[in-house]
Amino acid sequence: MTETQPAPARDDPGRAVPAIELAGVEKAFRVHGEHVAAVRGVDLEVGQGEFFSLLGPSGCGKTTTLRMIAGFEEPTAGEVRLHGRGVTGVPPNRRDVNTVFQSYALFPHMSVFENVAFGLRRRGVPKGEIRARTGAMLDLVDLAGRERRRPSELSGGQQQRVALARALVNRPRALLLDEPLGALDLKLRQSMQVELKRIQREVGITFLYVTHDQDEALTMSDRIAVMNEGLIEQLGTPREIYERPATRFVAGFIGTSNLLAGEVGEVTGGGSRAALSFGPDGRVEVPVRDGLRVAVGERLELTIRPEKIGIGADEPADGLCGVRGTVTEVVYLGTSTSYNVTTSAGADMVVFQQNATSADDAAARGDGVWLSWDPLHSYAIGAPR
Amino acid sequence: MADSAGRTGERGSAGRVRGALAPYLMVLPAGLWLLVFFVVPMVAMVSLSLQTGDLVDGFRQTFHWRNYTDGLHTYGDQFVRSLWYGLLATVACAVLSYPAAYWIAFRGGRGKTAYLMLLLLPYFVSFVLRTVSWKLVLTDDGPVLGPLRGHGILPPGFHVLDTGFAVVSGLTYNFLPFMALPIYVALERIDPRVVEAARDLYAGRAGAFARVVLPLSLPGVFAGVILTFVPASADYVNAEVLGGPGDTMIGNVIQSEYFDNGAYPVASALSFALMAILLLGVFAYARALGTRNVLEAAGR
Repeated sequence: MTETQPAPARDDPGRAVPAIELAGVEKAFRVHGEHVAAVRGVDLEVGQGEFFSLLGPSGCGKTTTLRMIAGFEEPTAGEVRLHGRGVTGVPPNRRDVNTVFQSYALFPHMSVFENVAFGLRRRGVPKGEIRARTGAMLDLVDLAGRERRRPSELSGGQQQRVALARALVNRPRALLLDEPLGALDLKLRQSMQVELKRIQREVGITFLYVTHDQDEALTMSDRIAVMNEGLIEQLGTPREIYERPATRFVAGFIGTSNLLAGEVGEVTGGGSRAALSFGPDGRVEVPVRDGLRVAVGERLELTIRPEKIGIGADEPADGLCGVRGTVTEVVYLGTSTSYNVTTSAGADMVVFQQNATSADDAAARGDGVWLSWDPLHSYAIGAPR
Repeated sequence: MADSAGRTGERGSAGRVRGALAPYLMVLPAGLWLLVFFVVPMVAMVSLSLQTGDLVDGFRQTFHWRNYTDGLHTYGDQFVRSLWYGLLATVACAVLSYPAAYWIAFRGGRGKTAYLMLLLLPYFVSFVLRTVSWKLVLTDDGPVLGPLRGHGILPPGFHVLDTGFAVVSGLTYNFLPFMALPIYVALERIDPRVVEAARDLYAGRAGAFARVVLPLSLPGVFAGVILTFVPASADYVNAEVLGGPGDTMIGNVIQSEYFDNGAYPVASALSFALMAILLLGVFAYARALGTRNVLEAAGR
């Protein structure tokens, strides 16, 4: 095989073909004679050079999705396309993507150099070029001078970087990373996050990153697909996902979120806005997420992040959302203070206040308070459970 | 012992002495066992191998080294045949058991233990009984050759029993688990993700096997070769039951010198010669493969 790649197939000259494209991809496994759906219909497009994360709890189908892109599993239905070309039935060794495995999966009987050179050797790259490229890659991941070591002689962080170098040295169209930092301790994980992002910028390769760690996904990704039970719950930029969680699952999985249920009193803006009432002690008007139909008299749930909420003794001004409640707990956290408030309608809410200027707490335990926020920050997501 | 270190006087020092002796005391039973049942007989046999005499007049120590040279000279053919049959059986065991062990390790799924059990089931029957039943299988009118002979497919003079082939088949059959088990253990330890990594890095199925699976399983093969080759070369039951007069191995010679001819010194000398040859062979084998591999086989 030669090193030169054919130019990416383009169906529309104005628009670059996505590096990775999944269309209606499903995967079912037979477990003890029963069909278990691991992935239940995933559609997504990952652009060239994008850092894209699949985020979700264990068992949500994110690793199975990655394995179908790598070619270790074949979809039960749907199609995987790499640079516009369907790869159904194409074995992993003929796909122009490389994988960084969760447990690194380094070749224990080979030196660091041989591990990194493995892919280049299989593709018949000339010896001198192998030496140069492997050396440059080991420089990039800060492992120069350790070429002759065995993987077992390296620390976890070093092994992780060998795994990264071994995949990147082949200059794949896309790099697939399956929880690559999962086995590292917190400090190392945080510094590797920065490192990974730097390397991705330097090499300009598309990264598809699988993780269950929301901080990791938010820190590094250009876009995130949040997965749950084999489906994508929400797809968007870290900001969109955090600020506007589309479902209860996303709101709960990423960061801390307050869920507040009320009765729809009025629907405005052609269904894009709803006014919710919470009995006599609160009334909010919030945006409704796309595709959600609401009717007067129905109960509706909205999400609001704890740091978006103001806390005070006075009723908020017109135009702000307001709910009345009683402070049940105050916890000083250093950079912020956390208040637990039970609303008059009986909902428990968490409020974070930055300790930027004030030295005193805004409220004490037992105080009756008004919670207020800008309606832009809360978001109606659907009927409460 | 740590807790006695702070004490003073005789009790403390007595405790320290007992503590220092503890490992030796623990090894004592096994050491005595080895001394009585291994070292003493070995010394007695070495001594016997250098004696002269006969059963009627008794044997005397004469440092008769010619027991060795004569033995090797007279029974050179049997020595060579033993090593040759042992080698053939070892190769056959490896070729037969590798695919089986591979299949169980990588495709056995939840049935791994059951398949392994099936592989080992025949070995719950006594060694001699197994060999005798193998004889029934290979006999001229047996279930394999009988029908073929009846249909005139085989020439009239065709035999399997009483040939070297029968002996090697018997050895292969009898020592198969000694090869299959270490190979299975080595294969079972391979992380399937390492194989996937090879496929991911542009190796085809054959390439991933040749460059990753096979090298990682070699320690198991090395161990299997030693475990199979040593007892197979020294075996005499298979040659006795399945072989003809021209297929005798050195084990048969030792047995008949000992029990039929009462030539104890010659039998002892042949035993030690065989032991020396096998030990040298194993040593050379380990050196050639490198201690690293042997250590990896033991340590990983």
